[in-house]
Amino acid sequence: MLPCDSGKASVRSKGEKGMAEGYVDAGSGPVRRFSRRRFLYGAATALGGMALASCSGVPFGSSKTVHFWNLFGGGDGARLSAMESDFVKSHPGIELKATTLTWGAPYYTKVSMATVGGRPPDVAVMHLTRLPAYAPAGLLEPLDPDVLSEYDIGQDKFLPEIWEGGKLGGELYAIPLDTHPQVMYYNTDICKEAGLLDSDGNLKPLQGREELIDAFQKTMEVTKEQGIAFAPADSVVPWRLFYSFYGQLGGEVLSPDATEVVLDQEKAEEALSFLVELTLDKEFTPSNQDYPAAVAQFQSGNAGFHWNGEWEVTTFLDAKMPFSMVEFPNVFGNKHVQADRHTFVIPKGVANDHAAFDAALQFVSSLLKSSMIWAEGGHIPAYRPVLDSAEYKNLKPQSNYAGVADEVVLDPKAWFSGSGSDMEVQASVPMQQAMAGTIQPKAAVEQIRAAMQELVNTPKPF
Amino acid sequence: MAARAEIAQRTGKKGDTARRTDLTGYLFVLPFLIAYGLFLVWPVILGLRMSFFDWSLVGTGTTDFLGLANYRELFADPDFWASLWHTILFTLLTTPPLVLLALGLALLANRAVPARWFFRLAFFAPYVLPVSTVALIWVWLYQPGFGLINSYLVSLGLPEVDWLAGENVAMISVAIATVWWTIGFNFVLYLAGLQEIPEELYEAGALDGAGSYQQTRYITIPLLSRTTFLVLVLQILASLIVFDQIYIMNTQGGLNYTATRPVIQYIYEQGFTQYRIGFGAAISYVFFVMILVFTIMQFVLSRRRRREA
Repeated sequence: MLPCDSGKASVRSKGEKGMAEGYVDAGSGPVRRFSRRRFLYGAATALGGMALASCSGVPFGSSKTVHFWNLFGGGDGARLSAMESDFVKSHPGIELKATTLTWGAPYYTKVSMATVGGRPPDVAVMHLTRLPAYAPAGLLEPLDPDVLSEYDIGQDKFLPEIWEGGKLGGELYAIPLDTHPQVMYYNTDICKEAGLLDSDGNLKPLQGREELIDAFQKTMEVTKEQGIAFAPADSVVPWRLFYSFYGQLGGEVLSPDATEVVLDQEKAEEALSFLVELTLDKEFTPSNQDYPAAVAQFQSGNAGFHWNGEWEVTTFLDAKMPFSMVEFPNVFGNKHVQADRHTFVIPKGVANDHAAFDAALQFVSSLLKSSMIWAEGGHIPAYRPVLDSAEYKNLKPQSNYAGVADEVVLDPKAWFSGSGSDMEVQASVPMQQAMAGTIQPKAAVEQIRAAMQELVNTPKPF
Repeated sequence: MAARAEIAQRTGKKGDTARRTDLTGYLFVLPFLIAYGLFLVWPVILGLRMSFFDWSLVGTGTTDFLGLANYRELFADPDFWASLWHTILFTLLTTPPLVLLALGLALLANRAVPARWFFRLAFFAPYVLPVSTVALIWVWLYQPGFGLINSYLVSLGLPEVDWLAGENVAMISVAIATVWWTIGFNFVLYLAGLQEIPEELYEAGALDGAGSYQQTRYITIPLLSRTTFLVLVLQILASLIVFDQIYIMNTQGGLNYTATRPVIQYIYEQGFTQYRIGFGAAISYVFFVMILVFTIMQFVLSRRRRREA
């Protein structure tokens, strides 16, 4: 409206109303044209300038900040917060910025993209089985064991096998935090009623297929619902259980350089058939039960046993239910069990900033020293001063399975492997179908082999 | 206004004022245009380039020119076609209920004069929930054994349904959850469309002896045709890009993976977790072209309809 009028005004004789050009009669006295607009231009320029300045990446705080990314939610997340507070209290000069991302693919894709994009966190949690996807791609800083010793996290503070596990191609990349295997939980009340406890109130050792099935049968009669609760319908649980039994039979899935699939048909069928027997034949657990349901069923006393990672101990402790834990059962002659290890890694590029690198190592050191809190969450600590301490040995039921730490079978070493990876998901699909009765174990093993072969055939992305 | 147009015609150029207005307009739009260009247009162009190279998520292979190899691979990939079918199946399962049920609910809510605000609230409320909440609620509802739906079925003497893990039912379960979640949006659009129909038409119809069914059929629905078209287009496009709820229910709820993985999840898996971002980009462009073709067809249809009307 206004521009129109002013246009007309300037076409007519200048100064008709006694106003100079550029002024408009808005009815309430002459208003300088575009005064609001000039203000808006100015504000926009100022904001734009500030936005551009923030893009330059100049930090506003001190450079002693540790950016820490992790994937620990739930009970683990709460324990991590406690360990982080210990660090913040003991290191007043360092600021901690911790970010928790969703477990699995959403976390790992972000870590790799952030590192490639030049904006990595200073320190990140990583499953040891994911190392072959990151270290050879040049996404991690190699660590000098002597430097680590200065921070009390050198070679002497870890068991040799665990220390060596963090190395790839002779270089050290990962500082171990814990080992987290599959374990067997049992409801002490139900097992007592089923006559499975000894005089001390602990589970009598169960060994071999027969004893295990017998035990599940007895608990099923007590609960009238499930003998054991586990999650055949979860995206990765079938893999974990299968891989434990397959490992007990001595089977390997891939050749050491991950170029060949060496899946043993007979052993794989035997391992899978045992799982199929538990779900399809004896129906100790429904074959369509998923992870939250399995936890819920055990927690509410509808199942006598529960197979899961040790990390759920916090859930059951909080529920104040009568339970305890033992190692994963020896079915095929030994106690091999699927596990993974949480480690700390430093993404590539962080070592260029000495202050950040130093702060990151101080952070890792502090967290390892307070890993007793972490052990209470069920994990087997890797830091020897905590692992060997009397306090940990007295921690029941968490220390019941600590001996398993060197008998674990980790996922095959390959870039497509690791906790929550596509490999675990793709391999679990035919296992689920076998447990649901849609296909035979023989066909399922062939499908697992095909899935593995497809992954091996995919060219390495680096 | 007329004077300005006259001047523009005579002199052949816009006046000072008009130019300044245009400039002001553009400056106001500039921040959005910059963001739009940087975060939408440029990545689309870059993505197209990526799809011709062996681009990986870790930054390698950016110079390995593959030509059309990525596209050839994806057309021969049975997983791609399976996931495309899942997306189309999902669209077919959700679009009719989301259009027809929303219309039905809007017609009913329009009549509920004393308590219309309550029904508006009740039907729209699920729409404001974030996707993870919706997935969580429905995963627990669908649980076998102790889940709410199955326990009601059993108490009525019906057999349990394997909502999550069952091959044939999994997509239907996702469809039901999605309809519950997003029907509010279409419902509100329809309500607004209903308010616009003048009362006089109904009165005239009643005078001519039209019953309520005939009124609905011959007055309401034809006059809602523009809204229906809008709802249909928006709904189909939104259904084609389904990802969130299926991904969450797959990874955290035991939903049958092989029966429900949509094409966008396949792109995510190939591009991100398998590190092959060039290949993922190729799949996304093929899907983009498919959606584009469909949208153009709809656009042509609507123009034809408008010309007829």
